[in-house]
Amino acid sequence: MTVATNMEPQSDPNAEPMISLQHIYKSFEGKEVLRDLSIDIARGESVVIVGGSGTGKSVTLKHIIGLLRPDSGHVMIEGRDITEMRPVELNRFRQHFGMAFQEGALFDSMSVFENIAFPLRRHTKMTEEAIAARVEECLEQVHLHGVDGKRPSELSGGMRRRVGFARAISLKPEILLFDEPTTGLDPVISDVVADLIVEMDRTLNTTTVTITHDMKVAFKIADRVAMLFQGHIVEDGTPAEFQRSENPIVQQFIEGRAEGPLTDGTNE
Amino acid sequence: MIRVLEQIGRVFLRLFEETGLWFTMLWRTMAWSVRPPYGVGEWFRQMVRLGVDSIPVVFLTAMFTGMVLALQTFIGFQRVHAESFVGSVVALAMLRELSPVLVGLMVTGRVGSSMAAEIGTMRVTEQIDALEALATDPIQYLFVPRVIAGIVMLPFLVVLGDALGIGGGYLVAVRLMHANPVQYEINTYQFLDMNDVWSGLIKASAFGLILTLTGCVRGYYTTGGAEGVGRSTTAAVVNASLIILLSDFFLTKLLF
Repeated sequence: MTVATNMEPQSDPNAEPMISLQHIYKSFEGKEVLRDLSIDIARGESVVIVGGSGTGKSVTLKHIIGLLRPDSGHVMIEGRDITEMRPVELNRFRQHFGMAFQEGALFDSMSVFENIAFPLRRHTKMTEEAIAARVEECLEQVHLHGVDGKRPSELSGGMRRRVGFARAISLKPEILLFDEPTTGLDPVISDVVADLIVEMDRTLNTTTVTITHDMKVAFKIADRVAMLFQGHIVEDGTPAEFQRSENPIVQQFIEGRAEGPLTDGTNE
Repeated sequence: MIRVLEQIGRVFLRLFEETGLWFTMLWRTMAWSVRPPYGVGEWFRQMVRLGVDSIPVVFLTAMFTGMVLALQTFIGFQRVHAESFVGSVVALAMLRELSPVLVGLMVTGRVGSSMAAEIGTMRVTEQIDALEALATDPIQYLFVPRVIAGIVMLPFLVVLGDALGIGGGYLVAVRLMHANPVQYEINTYQFLDMNDVWSGLIKASAFGLILTLTGCVRGYYTTGGAEGVGRSTTAAVVNASLIILLSDFFLTKLLF
């Protein structure tokens, strides 16, 4: 396992990291969101990035898949710098990724089946029979049955997330990204979704990056937990190391206290 | 005084920014339209949505415009005993000007707005990010079929509008104002040449491009949830209508 924090990213001579964010800076309309963010993620690892609302977790995830470009810094995926890629090349490269969005982001003009078949129809030469079989397989992977003909608006929040997962894995990606997979779900469904992420990570043998502010979910699915604060990683370690951390920022976040360094200087 | 100048400067800056953005998106749409996969099925779906589904609106607009035009010109021309020119005026006005502009404006209200709302909703619900994450360029998947549908289908709607406008004019002049039907028909075609038809159709394609691209661009750059979608929809209609009216003058100057 590779551990890198805001300090100099450490390189493992034996294995190139699958994902390497190097000194990322990103501002929106003069507001600096990411400030010298660096993290390495090894192949097959499940990393959870935690942090409060508005700390740049989603922005970090969007940098990994190239939906956002950094103001400066590099995003290396399997040793290739995606910030240097031309849009057409980057577009093609994204087939290595599967991303599940916060509310599912399912195409509401399509049925569940069409949503999952969408990337298969666009990027493969599979026959309709093969596509139907693959869609069925993906739905089974997320434990959903008999919903293929339904519209996204007919599904519950938890089901929409799972269909989003099914769509994300349809092209058999090497990297899976989960954006707040349990936000807005009740605790039981959150746990079901967390179990599903663990299961997918194991059976599909992917490198997984999840962002969340739900510590219970984070500890369940992570090989490694990293905490984002003020635009960079302030703590990075296994769930056990993370829980034992003496960093007051981490302790305040885990305990969910209103007072502490996380809220100093804010009105929250 | 400085504040006023600042405000004026800001307005001009924004105007230049918007113009630059519009042409950048036009260029990107053109570039993506020649790259596979083409998604011809989606092209046809958009053509039906923009073209076939707009027929009732075009029918009423063009028919009644032709009718009111005949009525107005007949009453006016009667004063100078020039009723025989009514057919020519209606036909020329419909073909060269009214049909392309009115169809363009009506389709902007009906389709340009819904494109902005649809794409804007996709933006705020992260569906556009999802498209990109699924290795699909949103310009290719969303813009190209819509813009092609606009360029291809608007001329068909304008031809329909031409026929209905001229027909409506004929009905009013002959049935209501008791003009001689044979003479009216002869007068209608007497001063027309094919250039009148072609120039109307070229305008129609240009307006089709303007209204679809403006709807798509406004939707694509939506921010701020449901309120933002509302703003984009309004901006799409207002901007596209203004660009159509302004470009109409320059196209007319260029084409005649």
